[in-house]
Amino acid sequence: MKLRPIAGVVLRQLYLMRGSPVRVVPMVIWGAVDIVLWGFITRYLNAVSGSGVNFLPMLLGAVLLWDFCTRMMQGVSTAFLEDVWSRNFLNLFSSPLSVSEYVSGLVVTSVMTSFFGLLVMLLLAGGLFHLQLLSMGPALAAFIFLLSLFGITIGIVASAMVLRLGPASEWLLWPIPALMSPFVAVFYPLRVLPRWMQEVALALPPSYVFEGMRNLLLGRSFALASLAQGTAVGLLQLLAAAYFYGHTYRRAVRTGLIARYSAEGPA
Amino acid sequence: MTALTSPTSSALAARTADSSAHPAAIVARADAPALRVATLRKHYGSLSALDGVSFRVGRGEIVGLLGPNGAGKTTTINVILGLLEPTSGRVEIDGIDIAHHRARALERTNFAAVYASLPGNLTVSQNLRFFGLLYDVRGLPRRIEELLGEFDLVHLRGTKCGLLSSGEQTRAALAKALINHPKLLLLDEPTASLDPSAAQIIREKIKNLATRDGCGILWTSHNMHEVEAVCDRVLFLSHGKVLLEGNPARLPQEHGAADLEELFIRVAREPLVHVSVAP
Repeated sequence: MKLRPIAGVVLRQLYLMRGSPVRVVPMVIWGAVDIVLWGFITRYLNAVSGSGVNFLPMLLGAVLLWDFCTRMMQGVSTAFLEDVWSRNFLNLFSSPLSVSEYVSGLVVTSVMTSFFGLLVMLLLAGGLFHLQLLSMGPALAAFIFLLSLFGITIGIVASAMVLRLGPASEWLLWPIPALMSPFVAVFYPLRVLPRWMQEVALALPPSYVFEGMRNLLLGRSFALASLAQGTAVGLLQLLAAAYFYGHTYRRAVRTGLIARYSAEGPA
Repeated sequence: MTALTSPTSSALAARTADSSAHPAAIVARADAPALRVATLRKHYGSLSALDGVSFRVGRGEIVGLLGPNGAGKTTTINVILGLLEPTSGRVEIDGIDIAHHRARALERTNFAAVYASLPGNLTVSQNLRFFGLLYDVRGLPRRIEELLGEFDLVHLRGTKCGLLSSGEQTRAALAKALINHPKLLLLDEPTASLDPSAAQIIREKIKNLATRDGCGILWTSHNMHEVEAVCDRVLFLSHGKVLLEGNPARLPQEHGAADLEELFIRVAREPLVHVSVAP
């Protein structure tokens, strides 16, 4: 892999943001709305529950981290969709740019934009609701790493789906995080889920993050082994996603889909 | 030279045999043509889009790829650019087999086509920088300035490509196509959207490029007068086969046609067997 082609893919996205600042707004606006909304909900729950449990870090912290994971996924797929929308596949894939360089560029772009969004959300949650996620210490870094990994994985799979099914399948991407959220137990412990949903959750690394975070905040023992298991699952899924994207691309070249991509349909 | 070509022509067979003796050639050879296409086939089920297409483009040579709609021109270009995998056959760019060394082969080529405009939401200079990085061009800022000057785009450098006129977009696309000093340039109807004056200027620039830099050019066009003016050699493609090959000035007479346009019409309309009989 060469660095300059990867830098080219990233630079294109930065040019787009500079040329149209409205692209920057969604990076922070949805997160900010979630923080404000859930901040007041948790404040209300703290006032009426009388359980002694502080819902602020558990709910608001979970919302913040899940939003970050979602942004990571959408960062990859949106950067990919920019090339779909501008019908840039012919120019892009007739260049020496390799698939791994292209996907790396999408991932770097997503990491940059998602961490920017995370920083804004942390500042907002800290400033308005005194949420101190940094008090979780090194565990927070591990949580963010695992959520990044999963967001990138889903972003790559989603992009491959659009590459395989055609531009019209774009709408399939957006509900993916919502469809996953019940399984990854963002707001509740895994044990409240039916057995089959718990088994699905084991295959989804964010469930290890949110379960671990809750245990940590409730002063229970932090299951490092469980987090390591989630990381292993996440890394395997990332490798599988990369293979899936490469396989989808090679198929698109074999069938000619890349060359006539704007025709909106699978080969 | 006028010759009826077939995939089994002796000259090509010799060239193919020669190249197969060095199947793993990664480093461009000084004696290699800019492009060598050998017995290219592409089948979609029972449909044959390319049926044994073979030809070469020498260094500094401009070759016209002609044929009616659906003849296989764009399919050929897509295969050469690595956008479409052939069912069988071989493509070498500057002596490098694209099937085995895609990136190295594509570093040496570039293309411009009316149907592949640059991203409209980037400015001209942003597009050139973006593609310059994809092609890993050294001395990129200087190269961008050269191309902006050469294609009269200096005053449009900060304009988004989507806001350019079709003629300006063509100039921007050609500037992108030259960003990496290609050894092989593929141009699919490069002057289709230009007025006659602008088209003539572009033709002269491209001819100079072939002469000055030794760049091999594969040019598709439906403008036969343009082809006669620009191309050193033409290939007529029909039903996925190379039907005729030769000098555009002499080819019509040799086949009893008044000019290239008449020959084109005849090739497009008549059954293959009648046209391919040499006079």
